[in-house]
Amino acid sequence: MAEIRTETMTVNMGPQHPSTHGVLRLVLELDGEVIQSVMPTIGYLHTGIEKTAEQKKWQQVIPLVERMDYLAAQSNSLAYALSVEKLLGLEMPQRVKDIRVLIAELQRMASHLIWLGTHALEIGAVSMLFYAIRERELLMNINELIAGFRFFPSYIRIGGLREDLPRGFHDAVNAFLDRFPTKIDEFERLLTKNDIFRRRTEGVGTVPLEDAYQWGLVGPIARAAGSDYDVRKYFPYSGYETYDFAVPRATEGDVYARYRVRIAELRQCVNICRQAIQRITPAGVWACSDTRVVPPPKDKVYTEMEALIQHFLIYSQGFTVPVGDAYVPVEGPRGEHGCYIVSDGSNRPWRVKMRAPSLMAIQALPAVARGSLIADLVAIIGSTDVVMGDCDR
Amino acid sequence: MDSTATLDILRPLVSGADFEVGQSVDFTTIYVPADRLVETCLALRDHPDLRFNVLTEVTAADYLPREPRFEVVYHLLSVPNRARLRLKVRVGSDGSVPTVQSVWRGAGWPEREVWDMFGIVFDGHGDLRRLLMPDDWDGHPARKDYPVQIRKAAQTYEPLEVSEEEFRANIERDRVKRAH
Repeated sequence: MAEIRTETMTVNMGPQHPSTHGVLRLVLELDGEVIQSVMPTIGYLHTGIEKTAEQKKWQQVIPLVERMDYLAAQSNSLAYALSVEKLLGLEMPQRVKDIRVLIAELQRMASHLIWLGTHALEIGAVSMLFYAIRERELLMNINELIAGFRFFPSYIRIGGLREDLPRGFHDAVNAFLDRFPTKIDEFERLLTKNDIFRRRTEGVGTVPLEDAYQWGLVGPIARAAGSDYDVRKYFPYSGYETYDFAVPRATEGDVYARYRVRIAELRQCVNICRQAIQRITPAGVWACSDTRVVPPPKDKVYTEMEALIQHFLIYSQGFTVPVGDAYVPVEGPRGEHGCYIVSDGSNRPWRVKMRAPSLMAIQALPAVARGSLIADLVAIIGSTDVVMGDCDR
Repeated sequence: MDSTATLDILRPLVSGADFEVGQSVDFTTIYVPADRLVETCLALRDHPDLRFNVLTEVTAADYLPREPRFEVVYHLLSVPNRARLRLKVRVGSDGSVPTVQSVWRGAGWPEREVWDMFGIVFDGHGDLRRLLMPDDWDGHPARKDYPVQIRKAAQTYEPLEVSEEEFRANIERDRVKRAH
């Protein structure tokens, strides 16, 4: 009788695997269908954004950081702008804060929609992708409306916003907010009680809360395991303390729990957006009044010498930021987004470092995926919602 | 909790360590000597009044030409106490820092990234390889004396060459294996 072979098989998954959300390479060691070990290799999307940022003026870094986590562009720029404003000691007018909250929540919805579509697609619910992308398209249209750019609007600036809201902004947002809750119901009808979806996700890729904290995972992954940590509640920024919203939680910590948490977050986003859009007047201030950072209004530039000089200085040399360092986290769609900035007192940052939630999630992947089936790995990667641009920067 | 209160708890737990409060605009910053880092982190994690249970990130900054040149920065988060803390460790250009992987498992990759970008060695790190740059890369890109734009020849690898005899022998061996 032939002896039974017990060799394990090594399989390369990626860098161009459809479920790896970018270019992530996983070297899997398989015993039949069971994963013995996972070795992630990252860095394929590393573009040295942090090094490039050191060569740019403070304001010019905004478009750069938006390209890090490309699905949550304005979450990056909000974290960066808040950190620089902390160092400058700027306080934003209430209207700017509200617009930023609204934009951050719209961005969270756009990011969650991509997650929902791709995650369901990978598990086999192909049509989900089209429904999710259709709704995201409306959010992209709103981005185009405010900035003329769909993916990376660079609308949030240090010292406020790029310009005032365009005409028709309120109508576009309200139309979306009226429509979207019924669409979330639709998504849920397709997935939440779907037997196939539940069998693929329940009990799969469980991350207990203690493990999540040990691995530095905060955000939806930890909240699906029972955490109530949300930067918006724990360390409110941009006026989130004045909004009434809940932090969705689950306790199981598996892929299905993460799905439920994010779906509930979508509903909370609508809730926050409704409150924000009611507070925002169609026209008003869109930047703080600090003349170090914000150029004077155009009519003054044309009539006053000081204003003209200030305008010229801001656009040619930029502004300087006091010596020091700051880290102001925001709650991004993937967890805590924070930007650590160091200033040497000049008009360019000395160091810009974005905290990458995706990096931490991929780091924990070997521990989470060990012992599960190879098909479950696809569900696990999808549920951690990693974006390689965020991970590699 | 302000910096003096944190230090009051910390000083008896890590006896003889020379802590120093750093200037900050957001939350408490403490300079920790490199040789007492792990002890300090354990105390910060386990003391009931501190309980910094999450290490959100490890990063560094290069202050060339200042000496010691680098500062390794740890951002800690205490979920139970709703607090944040920044630890800084000063390192010279050929100095090293002990790893805090034994305190927070998630420190592994961020420390690898700091090694990759700045060339700061983490003593006792189980797997100190490059993280973002290719394995055979020269230099550490985030250092201030590393040029911003360099030209580097594209790397090519020799294609795998297998003669027809070897190829057939491989297939035959596979077939024999499968037959068993």
